[in-house]
Amino acid sequence: MLDDFFTRALIGGIGVALVAGPLGCFIVWRRMAYFGDTMAHSALLGVALAFLFDIHITLGVFAITATVAFALVLLQRQVALPTDALLGILSHSTLALGLVLVAFMAWLRIDLLSYLFGDLLAVSRFDIALIYGGGAAVLGILALIWRPLLAGTVSEELAAAEALHPERTRLAFMVLMAAVIAIAMKIVGILLITSLLVIPAATARRFAGGPERMALLAAGFGALAVALGLFGSLQFDTPSGPSVVVAALLLFLGGLLPLALNRSGGRRGGGREGAR
Amino acid sequence: MSLTASNETPGQTVPQPAAAPAAPLIEVRGLGVQRGGRWLVRGVDLAIRPGEIVTLIGPNGSGKSTTVRALLGILEPSAGEVIRRPGLNIGYVPQRLTIDWTMPLTVRRLMTLTGRHGAAEIRAALQEVGIEHLAEAPVQQLSGGEFQRALLARAIIRRPALLVLDEPVQGVDFAGEIALYQLIHDIRERLGCGILMISHDLHIVMGQTDTVVCLNGHVCCSGTPQVVTESPEYRALFGAQAASALAIYRHHHDHVHLEDGRVVRTADGGRVVPEHDHDHGSCGQDHDHGHSHGQGQGSGGDAG
Repeated sequence: MLDDFFTRALIGGIGVALVAGPLGCFIVWRRMAYFGDTMAHSALLGVALAFLFDIHITLGVFAITATVAFALVLLQRQVALPTDALLGILSHSTLALGLVLVAFMAWLRIDLLSYLFGDLLAVSRFDIALIYGGGAAVLGILALIWRPLLAGTVSEELAAAEALHPERTRLAFMVLMAAVIAIAMKIVGILLITSLLVIPAATARRFAGGPERMALLAAGFGALAVALGLFGSLQFDTPSGPSVVVAALLLFLGGLLPLALNRSGGRRGGGREGAR
Repeated sequence: MSLTASNETPGQTVPQPAAAPAAPLIEVRGLGVQRGGRWLVRGVDLAIRPGEIVTLIGPNGSGKSTTVRALLGILEPSAGEVIRRPGLNIGYVPQRLTIDWTMPLTVRRLMTLTGRHGAAEIRAALQEVGIEHLAEAPVQQLSGGEFQRALLARAIIRRPALLVLDEPVQGVDFAGEIALYQLIHDIRERLGCGILMISHDLHIVMGQTDTVVCLNGHVCCSGTPQVVTESPEYRALFGAQAASALAIYRHHHDHVHLEDGRVVRTADGGRVVPEHDHDHGSCGQDHDHGHSHGQGQGSGGDAG
């Protein structure tokens, strides 16, 4: 069945979504959406460098996004600029650098759009192996560092005081993010990766009573968005990556509906219930 | 004496108790933290022993939180050393912890944030702080007092040998403050842990603490509450606030109990009748205003 390009796209996309959901929860909790965006934007530079040095694209992207993440951590310590300004500088300058570098390599004929917006329908068997192998590794490491990472997300100080080494887990988390960006790029593209991380997690928040449940739900919503988006893309002949993101958005908006209905009594009522 | 100030003067020392004190849980010597070429604190010596409550007081920016963070290993000290008892288990209640609404977290889940604990342990810890009925409540919906209690439960579920509290009564109303300090006092009794606390509430601190360390970039003065409140450095630092804290502190003394249980009010804080007076300086950890007023009606000793 893997012979069918649509099946491959579906399996690959769902694989990415299953990994992106739990990781995306931390991006939402830690307010790192823009940070993730910056890492993703630098991916094009990774693509260009991968062609330049003739290494595998996924590897090049992973190396560059991880480097940008660590550079940002260092800059945050050294430079007296607010983080969002630093992110703005890094995000767009790495994207621009990537575009310029690609233009310089005149011998290179690449489909820029497929990198920027993804080419879900060109997912190969090797890509699927990469997504599931890398994804399993990412989820395994995430499970291992789950408690200290969550504690550090609630309070770095608390985690440090109780000997959970939050800086270590934070760096590990950035490496995981770089890995997910590298394997997800093919599916949704550089410009849309963050949406697959953030939107399902945000959708899951409404329905989750605990962080673990939110992570599972985010994975589920992400997979659902991929499936809906791909079928929609096939049905309406729309580009696959953006279709997936639109599907995720529709799920998010759908998730808001019950909240809007209960808004007046729902949330406060929950508190009273707990206080009984 | 558990604590020495680097600029110690003979008048501030307390006589060494006959029994040798237990080895400190944690001790800092000559601690200094420098940031941006400026010393936030410098030359701090302090130690916390099992079962002891040590309170850091001092004006804003005096380095209280910095000292605690360096002691906990959150900050790297620029000078001095931190000596921990090996394998020291610490429970920490940080200052101004806010949990964003995006994180779904119930009180029950908060209990296992930094370690694994069973349902029975969680129930016991919540009971200990009196919020077992809030186990399933999202932490974002708790009141200030409930949240501080939840944080306290989270810290004590670890059965810490050292409990560190950075302004534990923030966002708590006055009546709640008294109850919370009483709770902290009780926890010390039950767990036998050492407690290091940062506090602004001078008057309550004075009643519930074994050792007070007054910081202002360095250790100004330290010792029992009695010693500190009478030290000129403390009065210079806190000025009017110190005087009022002292007044509140001493308002428990505006009467004396006679042998037959009658209460006699005295004009000058009861100090004229030393044999009936409570000596806060020496009665230290057993001190409890409530019990001493049990037989005298209308004692006015309960603040609030």
